[in-house]
Amino acid sequence: MRGVALEKVVKRFGPTVVIPELDLEIEESEFVVIVGPSGCGKSTTLRMIAGLEDISRGKIHIGGKDVTWLPPKQRDIAMVFQSYALYPHMDVAGNMSFALRLAGKPRAEIEERVRRAAEMLELTDFLARKPKDLSGGQRQRVAMGRSIVRDAYCFLFDEPLSNLDAKLRSSMRTELAILHKKLDRTMIYVTHDQIEAMTMADRIVIMDKGLIQQVGTPREVYNSPLNTFVAGFIGSPSMNFLEGELHSDDPVKVKGQGFDLPLSPEMTAKAKRAPRKDVIAGLRPEHFAVNASRAGSSESTYAKIDLDVSVAEYIGSSQFLAATIGEVPVTASVEVGPTTEPMTSGTYLFDTSRLYLFDRESGNAI
Amino acid sequence: MTDRASSDTDDLGRPGFNIRSLNPYLFIFPAVLVMVCGLVYPVVDAFYLSFYDWKIGMPFETAPFVGLSHFKRMIFDADVWESIWVTIRFGFWTILIEMVLGISLALLLEKPIRGASVFRTIFILPLMVSPVVVGLIWRYLFDARIGWINYYLGMVGIEPQVWLGDAELAFFAIVFTDIWQWTPFIFIIIIAGLQALPSEVLEASKIDGANWWQHILLVKLPMLKSIIVIALLMRLIDVFRALEVMYILTGGGPGRATELLSLHIYNRAFDTQQLGYASAISVLLILLVFGLSFAILVFSDPLKEKSDI
Repeated sequence: MRGVALEKVVKRFGPTVVIPELDLEIEESEFVVIVGPSGCGKSTTLRMIAGLEDISRGKIHIGGKDVTWLPPKQRDIAMVFQSYALYPHMDVAGNMSFALRLAGKPRAEIEERVRRAAEMLELTDFLARKPKDLSGGQRQRVAMGRSIVRDAYCFLFDEPLSNLDAKLRSSMRTELAILHKKLDRTMIYVTHDQIEAMTMADRIVIMDKGLIQQVGTPREVYNSPLNTFVAGFIGSPSMNFLEGELHSDDPVKVKGQGFDLPLSPEMTAKAKRAPRKDVIAGLRPEHFAVNASRAGSSESTYAKIDLDVSVAEYIGSSQFLAATIGEVPVTASVEVGPTTEPMTSGTYLFDTSRLYLFDRESGNAI
Repeated sequence: MTDRASSDTDDLGRPGFNIRSLNPYLFIFPAVLVMVCGLVYPVVDAFYLSFYDWKIGMPFETAPFVGLSHFKRMIFDADVWESIWVTIRFGFWTILIEMVLGISLALLLEKPIRGASVFRTIFILPLMVSPVVVGLIWRYLFDARIGWINYYLGMVGIEPQVWLGDAELAFFAIVFTDIWQWTPFIFIIIIAGLQALPSEVLEASKIDGANWWQHILLVKLPMLKSIIVIALLMRLIDVFRALEVMYILTGGGPGRATELLSLHIYNRAFDTQQLGYASAISVLLILLVFGLSFAILVFSDPLKEKSDI
């Protein structure tokens, strides 16, 4: 197939197994973000695709070609590094044209391609500058420009925005998404920041301990996380986990220390197939609410839940509540409008149609 | 105006005197003192002596003031010019070969291949040997009758050579010895520089399609430029200072074939006992070294380049 494919790829560093076995298929012109905590193997995976890291077993295909044992330059890839990795002794034009010069392209073509990439990235005025005379954001653009001029089949990004400040990061995110539309190339992007993953990706690959935990669109991984790791990793602030037991009352309920929530009809159906009664209830902070009028009516999916609030963080229209349910610390995000006083302990509401249940032993979604 | 600003400035906000502003000078004072005693004083003294015709054994008070006549004499002194020429030739060949060898070996042994660290350790041993010992070792090795070099050359059918007795061969011998001792110095500096290069930049060049040669010539060496220039500078200064090894190996001979400028100054001062004239030549040596170093620093500005990476 076209695109990028990893087949049963294994990576060991000496006796340490970093990637036990990895299978991943990425469609042509897809924007895939590999996300996970430090040391989950995401950068190693990207470096194996780039050919900067040999693989211990398995196969890698790029654009339908087996590239497993080809050096990086024969893989038709371009890569943007976290540290930008610009050549300090070359000016911006030199950095951007380096690959084309090595490939022996005609001079006119090199100039044209560099000019076009520079225009696209608003670097035209800086072509004669050395990297040290540029700001972080400009350096980042040069690094992008260097990969754009290559017109490679596949673009690899290794945490390219993590050295930028928050504001610049968010604008570069948008630019990258636009760039992907314009270039229509396969892009693989590694980050530890789930916001970058959610905002840019066609599909997200979530990794932990060298294993793929879930692959899916941003909507899928947010709405239907396969296990507690994915559920906790995707979403900000992250999901609260409470230990509880299923009780087959009518309606079926999940009860634990400090909470007693009825299940939605869909969840009830799923809960009946659960292997055991011991579960973990997953409550996203944004599914808490304050408006009591929503509760009680038969159609309402909201149920009451007591929060012992220790701090309310004001962030404009909503407030983040650092609280406890029973003795478990939780975070709730409630929309109360910009003028409301800091919220205090009391009875809040939770949207039970958005409740997640996980098996307590395996951590897998029920 | 804040409290702090008002204590450092007068009513108009201009900087005024503050005892704390002396702190930095206080802290660098010991270093300056050592520099003045160890470095500035001898240089100034040599300059001062160069105006007197002072010979060993003569009280300095009785030495006649001769003004610039030592310098005038130096201009027409064929021996001085000859030793400068020997020094230039010596410096050219040793530095050229040490640079090429040291950089090449560093590039080859940089990779963590098996045995590289053992070889690296063996390779820097010459650097740890005192120059006097180096001179002695190589004097025996080059010895025409009992030296190993002639012995092994004899095994492959080459006639024994009078290494230290022939002008060309003696020059070759001092160049060879210097290369043996100082290539490791270049090697160490370059390998340290190579290991400090940002790995992502080197990987970027691989992805950009650079082959082995392009990787070294277009990326690695240009990024090492500042370190190479500093190594070059240090070796250049060393060439003008080199004394012990030649003194023991050849004593400057045969004739004047291996008499470097430093050795020439030494011989003038202690063999012919002309301390004043030797001081004048030292001043020339200092100016030469200073001029060369200055030219290289201005030309390449290695300290500024360093901040690129």
